[in-house]
Amino acid sequence: MPGEKAGELPEGGMILEAGSSRKYNTGDWRSMRPVCDESKCTNCLICWIYCPDNSIIVKEGKRVGFKLTHCKGCGICANQCPVKCIKMVEEGV
Amino acid sequence: MEKVAMNGDQVIALAWKQIDPDVVAAYPITPQTIIVEAFSEFVADGLVNTEYVCAESEHSAMSMCIGASAAGARTATATASAGLAFMWEMLYIASGMRLPIVMAVANRALSGPINIHCDHSDAMGARDSGWVQIFGENVQEAYDNTIMAFRIAEHMDIRLPTMTCLDGFIVTHSLERFEPLPDETVKKFVGEFKYKRSLLDVKNPTTFGPFDWTDYYFEHKYQQVDAMRHVIPVINQVQDDFAKVSGRRYSIIEPYRLDDADYAVVAMGSTAGTLKDIVDELRAEGKKVGSIKLRLFRPFPAQELAKTLEGLKGVAILDRAVSIGASGPLFPEVRSALYEAKDKPKLKNYIYGLGGRDIKPEELKHVYKQLIYNEGETVNFLGVRA
Repeated sequence: MPGEKAGELPEGGMILEAGSSRKYNTGDWRSMRPVCDESKCTNCLICWIYCPDNSIIVKEGKRVGFKLTHCKGCGICANQCPVKCIKMVEEGV
Repeated sequence: MEKVAMNGDQVIALAWKQIDPDVVAAYPITPQTIIVEAFSEFVADGLVNTEYVCAESEHSAMSMCIGASAAGARTATATASAGLAFMWEMLYIASGMRLPIVMAVANRALSGPINIHCDHSDAMGARDSGWVQIFGENVQEAYDNTIMAFRIAEHMDIRLPTMTCLDGFIVTHSLERFEPLPDETVKKFVGEFKYKRSLLDVKNPTTFGPFDWTDYYFEHKYQQVDAMRHVIPVINQVQDDFAKVSGRRYSIIEPYRLDDADYAVVAMGSTAGTLKDIVDELRAEGKKVGSIKLRLFRPFPAQELAKTLEGLKGVAILDRAVSIGASGPLFPEVRSALYEAKDKPKLKNYIYGLGGRDIKPEELKHVYKQLIYNEGETVNFLGVRA
């Protein structure tokens, strides 16, 4: 729980800076984690296009990992992958 | 200035013309239609610089007002009855985003059965939406309240949307002599619109209305509660300032011949005017009676009202709305305000005038008689065939 009191917050829930969602680790919400079978991945980057949280890390045109600080585990990447190389696995409790 | 004859809707359009808001987005609905109709003519004739949008619904009209106000525009609109009901979702968003939108509400019954005439059901239903709610008695007040509302809503300690209510048809469509203020006086009184943050200010990017989780929503609601606490001192100040430029002095609670009274009736809107005549008649008969016009419903001036009513023997609260299954909506608030008073009057509730049913002088006299002789129930219905 954050510590700011009502009187210390911008009124009406205004956010006074750009790009602040970076600071909000939506990865905390995750119950399922994407895992990629690297041998099957063709680097088509369809997962990167579909990911709603910008959580597919791409370097030099290749998918190199998942940004787990922000991946909510929605499974859209696994669902869209044409070669079915991404599997969603339980995070566990 | 010279007095002229106009109706309650026309004078609101006139006030807007003098204020020249940046944006008006509205959808016509009886008995508010004349406001937006008359104002659209001012726009078409080039008499104002307002960006006027005829929306496809009230939900859209309020949504547009929200966008315009967040962009930093002085914004006004008007509605009534089903139109206000259709704005419901957006009313809370306007107040939640702390946008100082000013709206005239031409009080009209809610369907069903379908009815276009006056009662306060529409505004009473919006009482929890976080809007300041001011009720006017007559055409003059419809005009004066509109002008004062901009100063109240836009005050930097408040930043809450404000609705000014006027009785449908009784005030909206009745020609009355009223005294307008000169254009320059109105412009100077209202002043230039200032925003805290603007959507269009790209150097200071701001997100309005973001998702608010369990960890912040309560704090933002508390901010609204806290802002409402500043409203009464601000209204008092604005009313004082208004008296200086207009010679017309208003109070949030206006007692009439109450000083030595034993019995009083409380009402909002046009009925408060009728009551003054009844008080005069009964006073002429030697009855120690008075009346109270309540001009502010949100925030509810509980302390001020308790102070006004304390010591009276009996008080009737007139409600032009009913919370079906309970009482009139004003009654429990007044009763609650008096809970801790030492010298409590006996309180009775009279629900009257639903769907525009006329309230007759003899009916109001009957209320005073019941107060004096302690007759009737706690909650009574006045003028219904039951």
